[in-house]
Amino acid sequence: MRQAARRGEAPCDDAPMALAAEGPHGPVIHAANRAARAAGVTLGARLADMRALVPTLRVDHADPQGDRAALRQLALWARRWCPWTAADAPEDSPAETHGLILDTTGSAHLHGGEPAMLEGMEAGLSTLGFTARPALAPTWGAAWALARFGPVRAIQAAAEDLDPLPAAALRLDGETLLLLNRLGLRTIGTLAALPRLSLARRFARAAPPQNPLIRLDQLTGKLPEPVSPPGIPEPFRADARLAEPIFDPTHHLPGLFADLCGQLDRAHRGARRLALTVYRTDGETRRIEAACASASRDAAHLAFLFRDRLERIDPGFGFDLISLEAPLTEPLAPRQPDLAGGTDAAVELAQLADRLAARFGKAALSRLAAVESHIPERAETRLPPLAAPKVEPADTERPQRLLSPAEEVLVLYAVPEGPPAQFRWRRRTHRVARYQGPERIAPEWWQDRPGTRLRDYFKVEDEAGHRYWLYREGVQGDGRGGAPRWFLHGIFA
Amino acid sequence: MIPCAMPRTEAHSTTAPPFRRPRLVPAGATLSEVFAPSGAEAAAAGFVLARLPRGTAPILWLQDHPAARESGRPYLPGLGPRSLLLMQLSRPADVLAAAEEGLRCAALAGVVAELRGNPPAVSFTALKRLALRAEASGLPCWLIRQAAAEDLSAARDRWRIAPLPSAANPDDPRAPGAPRWRVELFRSRSGRPGEWVASHDRTSDRLDLVAAVPDGALDAAGRAAGRGTLR
Repeated sequence: MRQAARRGEAPCDDAPMALAAEGPHGPVIHAANRAARAAGVTLGARLADMRALVPTLRVDHADPQGDRAALRQLALWARRWCPWTAADAPEDSPAETHGLILDTTGSAHLHGGEPAMLEGMEAGLSTLGFTARPALAPTWGAAWALARFGPVRAIQAAAEDLDPLPAAALRLDGETLLLLNRLGLRTIGTLAALPRLSLARRFARAAPPQNPLIRLDQLTGKLPEPVSPPGIPEPFRADARLAEPIFDPTHHLPGLFADLCGQLDRAHRGARRLALTVYRTDGETRRIEAACASASRDAAHLAFLFRDRLERIDPGFGFDLISLEAPLTEPLAPRQPDLAGGTDAAVELAQLADRLAARFGKAALSRLAAVESHIPERAETRLPPLAAPKVEPADTERPQRLLSPAEEVLVLYAVPEGPPAQFRWRRRTHRVARYQGPERIAPEWWQDRPGTRLRDYFKVEDEAGHRYWLYREGVQGDGRGGAPRWFLHGIFA
Repeated sequence: MIPCAMPRTEAHSTTAPPFRRPRLVPAGATLSEVFAPSGAEAAAAGFVLARLPRGTAPILWLQDHPAARESGRPYLPGLGPRSLLLMQLSRPADVLAAAEEGLRCAALAGVVAELRGNPPAVSFTALKRLALRAEASGLPCWLIRQAAAEDLSAARDRWRIAPLPSAANPDDPRAPGAPRWRVELFRSRSGRPGEWVASHDRTSDRLDLVAAVPDGALDAAGRAAGRGTLR
């Protein structure tokens, strides 16, 4: 769905839409939008039932790991409001309880006060395409409760604000909630009014998600629950600050690459993407990027990727800061060169793919791989150069060269079902001296459109010794078009 | 006619003149050209593939667009158990530059470049660069010159190829059998020029050369030099 949104084909908000995850008895609803919930779709219900309820429901696969990673990224993005931000997404907790937690102590006045800050947060998140329900409270637990069960953009003024909220606002699990419900303890207020001793006796050894007493203490602040923000990963970056503006970065690049590769080496990582940015004296920046097919920290190789592209930098009146950055890195264990002084074939191939991609574009180089299909043009596909082919090619005689698309030829034959006696291809007439065939290849009904005709392939040799692969599309009277046509599809060595 | 199988690898340090630095370079690790007139492009591809070393290392196959349009692309199911990296480029100068890049990579089995006609980018200097690069890296590099005039070139071996009617098919007298070509080595730095009838056996992936011209003097000279075959 994220990809669809990037393509500008995001589904309409008014259409019912749900995400499904694998359950023990088939797919279950993992998340649903507002239209779907209004139509009666409930979380955790089976997908088949919900489809029967809402026939127009659009369903996509849920990606919980991806959501979690996106939430962690969003927590870093939220550092614009305060330095202590973290994703509130504990493992094995349901997705609807996830959120962001920000400790805004001492930073609200920078954003025009608490109500203005909450509005700013909601507006900022909506520009990213998210609907947010911010709430502000002295403790993590209270903010969690107000954000989900309180009024819009709630700000806790007094401890009594929380009393009317339901017990579900205490971050308890389902069984404990059911128990409290049966005991008639439906709101936080009734639970807090109970004698502390009796609650402690009932839930003495329970973990926090099963323990209303701990959750109540966290809510009121008797138990501390600090926000521990994850550190921002250190970027891999090398800078050259120059005393005078210059126009050509060539002489500074070896040092920059050596510096960056040293950082990568110490972190045991390799760069997949590189960006070279120059900061011009007139305040503009210019940036060129390169990518690697596999992680690398070989300074000479990485420098090579930029070699022919430095002239694309527009220096203007010169630049005085050159910055080389690796925005995308991957773990890369240190490798020992072999005793003979040779290098690894896989690394060499990856470097070749990088060099050719840097010069001729990423799609230029491809690896040919066999596919399990009898249709000749489908029996081969193109993979990225470093992909390993999975299918062994079948051991049948096939031409060494294939024309795509096949070219139509004019054929003389003795009998319509028989081999060609003479054919005309590219304005030259070839008399068939010997032939082999036919080899009949039927259409693949599971992917060809109906009405596709079968093919009879002949390997023919003309009098000069040229060997060709011809086919007749269809047979006379198969009811799928007129007279069969002939095509030249391949050339044998 | 003397049937003889062609050896795959052989150090040609024995044939090196004394002023050249004696170095063990695998046979064929140099720039070779095959001139394929119109209609013999597939024959040239089959011959080049048969001369390249076998193994799991991939072959880098480069084509310019006129070559791909006129004679099609290499078709993996017809090439046997080989791994192929294919690159189709529009300009002949790009093909030569990519071939040079490929020759820097020792993980390849070889580089094959197909060019059609005589574009100005395929000059003596460009081919000299390729030849030196191929010899420095020890990789075979083959240029297939489709429908091209035999211009000045720095290729160490220059071949001409034409298709011949195929051998008899043992199973079906009306069917074509193993492919045969007339190959002519008309200029060579390390071997003796000659003309052969080559036939390729698909099942064993073996290339057999038979002297095409029953020239007694040439044969006798070859035997006297202790070599019944080229290189």
